[in-house]
Amino acid sequence: MVISAASREKIALEIAKYPKPRGALLPALHLVHAEHGHVSPEAARELAQIFEIRPFEVMEVVSFYNMFFATPQPRHQVRVCTNLPCSLRGARDLLHRLEAHLGVHAGGATADGRIRIGHEECLGACAYAPMMRVDHQYHEDLDVERAKRILDALD
Amino acid sequence: MLKAPYVTGYLTEHFADDAFGTLEGYLERGGYQAARKALREMTPEAVIELVKGSGLQGRGGAGFGTGLKWSFMPKGSDKPKYLVCNADESEPGSFKDRLLMERGPHQMLEGILIAAWATGASKTFIYIRGEYAFPADQVERAVAEAYAKGYLGKNVMKTGFAHDVVVQRGAGAYICGEETGLLESLEGKKGQPRKKPPFPAQYGAFGMPTTVNNVETFSHVPHILKKGAEWFRGFGTEKSPGTTIFGVSGHVARPGLYELPLGTRLDEIVFEHAGGVPGGRKLKGVIPGGMSMPILPAGQLDVPMANEFLRERKTMLGTGGIMVMDETTCMVRVACVISYFFRDESCGQCTQCREGTGWMNKIIERIERGAGEEADLGILLDVAAKMEGQTICAFSDAAAWPVQGLLRHFRGDFEAHVREHKCPFPESFEL
Ligand SMILES: Cc1cc2nc3c(=O)[nH]c(=O)nc-3n(C[C@H](O)[C@H](O)[C@H](O)COP(=O)(O)O)c2cc1C
Ligand code: SF4
Ligand code: FES
Repeated sequence: MVISAASREKIALEIAKYPKPRGALLPALHLVHAEHGHVSPEAARELAQIFEIRPFEVMEVVSFYNMFFATPQPRHQVRVCTNLPCSLRGARDLLHRLEAHLGVHAGGATADGRIRIGHEECLGACAYAPMMRVDHQYHEDLDVERAKRILDALD
Repeated sequence: MLKAPYVTGYLTEHFADDAFGTLEGYLERGGYQAARKALREMTPEAVIELVKGSGLQGRGGAGFGTGLKWSFMPKGSDKPKYLVCNADESEPGSFKDRLLMERGPHQMLEGILIAAWATGASKTFIYIRGEYAFPADQVERAVAEAYAKGYLGKNVMKTGFAHDVVVQRGAGAYICGEETGLLESLEGKKGQPRKKPPFPAQYGAFGMPTTVNNVETFSHVPHILKKGAEWFRGFGTEKSPGTTIFGVSGHVARPGLYELPLGTRLDEIVFEHAGGVPGGRKLKGVIPGGMSMPILPAGQLDVPMANEFLRERKTMLGTGGIMVMDETTCMVRVACVISYFFRDESCGQCTQCREGTGWMNKIIERIERGAGEEADLGILLDVAAKMEGQTICAFSDAAAWPVQGLLRHFRGDFEAHVREHKCPFPESFEL
């Protein structure tokens, strides 16, 4: 079993909130990500069992959403918003400098398995541009030096 | 947490005060009196009539009459009925719902409770975009406080009315803001919009009658209940009453949020409130209502921000996300960013949308590189025209409109790229 007993309990609580069990699939996928960072084939099989659907139906959902992953991920997800309001205030320059700082292109991950950096569409912080999301946290009104320090401080 | 707006109104007047986000602080400032009044003293029909009379229009982008929408919910049916609070806010340029959840979660919940009473809904699903972890935490905390106080659950405010609220976090997909894409996602599926009819009021979440409203729409409701339709109509224009929270971004001195009456002039918002373009540069264009809405050139900002006026200029209020661009801005680069976004986010069900967004992006990027031809401009308009009005959801229209707008007002920028075989705006923002 790759999904822990604790997560299974939480999934059962989520299922109870919905008129049909499958409503809790996104919450369950979030729980699996909190535990493993991605949905392995094994985890997909276990979820399929819990929700009485087929594993490919689980993976179809995983592949539709940007925040779900089917393969193991680095410890941190860093996303610089490059939509229009952020681009107007220097987001592309920030992204390019962070790519250089980490030595990887957007979409790639550092060799030490620490960070995947990429761009993202509007994150609802347009007035506080440029900005980036590090895992579940927003960092706004960034300048290059501060952004570098934030990345350097990640484990 | 987001800063309180620079200009506040009835929605945001207490937003500088952290206590307003807690149940206790909200109660001290008159919170939940409107819900108590609705549940104890008013019939559901009376609530719907009041909201209809206020003229409140949905703030999620389409501007549909809120009271009228509520009246579509079947009455006396034995099926459970649901509400959905659309907190997916992913229209580029928009960040007001985030503010409303971070600083006023109980105001939104009170609106939900009133809407639940009016429509006979037994459950509300609040669907919050996955990236909004902090706002979602605030909403979950507020929901837990409301349960503990007996404002949610089996016997709301001891009136015998039962209502539950479930918070679901999305997982990163713009199309889940479209109401039927949202419903699919809520049901644990890919967020691909449904064919309509049937509309959500007949066949919504989990197949049950459902009303979908935006975060801001719900947040206006307690104020209408408390102070009346006439009071509400004292703000805004005759056809578009109330305030809204404009989000101003891009090349302005004071980017941020501004709660102002609908019908406030766009030039007043950009120049007076947001301080105009910094650095002595001139204005070039403004997108008035989120990325899906066509741009206005600098000379056309003398327009009240309400749909009846914006439509005359072939654009719309949308989400009130105002994006400002100065004279250095290359409008072909703007088109690159916009068309990339729509290509990336199309759910792919409809050929016109899937192929059209791809073609538009490809042609625009070619023009930006200096490899475009005169004929490309005609092809772009042709593709855009074929994307309108023919698809399962309005995403395809929303992808076509901004490109049409850019070509309507800034065709010269496109032509210069074709003529000079390069981008003639070296000072423009980087791609
Ligand atoms: C492509 C697309 C994206 C949308 N995204 C959102 C959104 O993020 N938030 C929202 O409230 N409405 C969004 N809408 C509008 C919803 O479909 C729906 O009209 C709205 O939630 C209804 O609420 P209202 O009547 O209170 O405005 C979107 C519509 C389309 C076509
Ligand atoms: S119009 Fe586009 S986004 Fe909407 S359903 Fe069709 S393909 Fe999907
Ligand atoms: S454009 Fe970057 S947060 Fe909106």
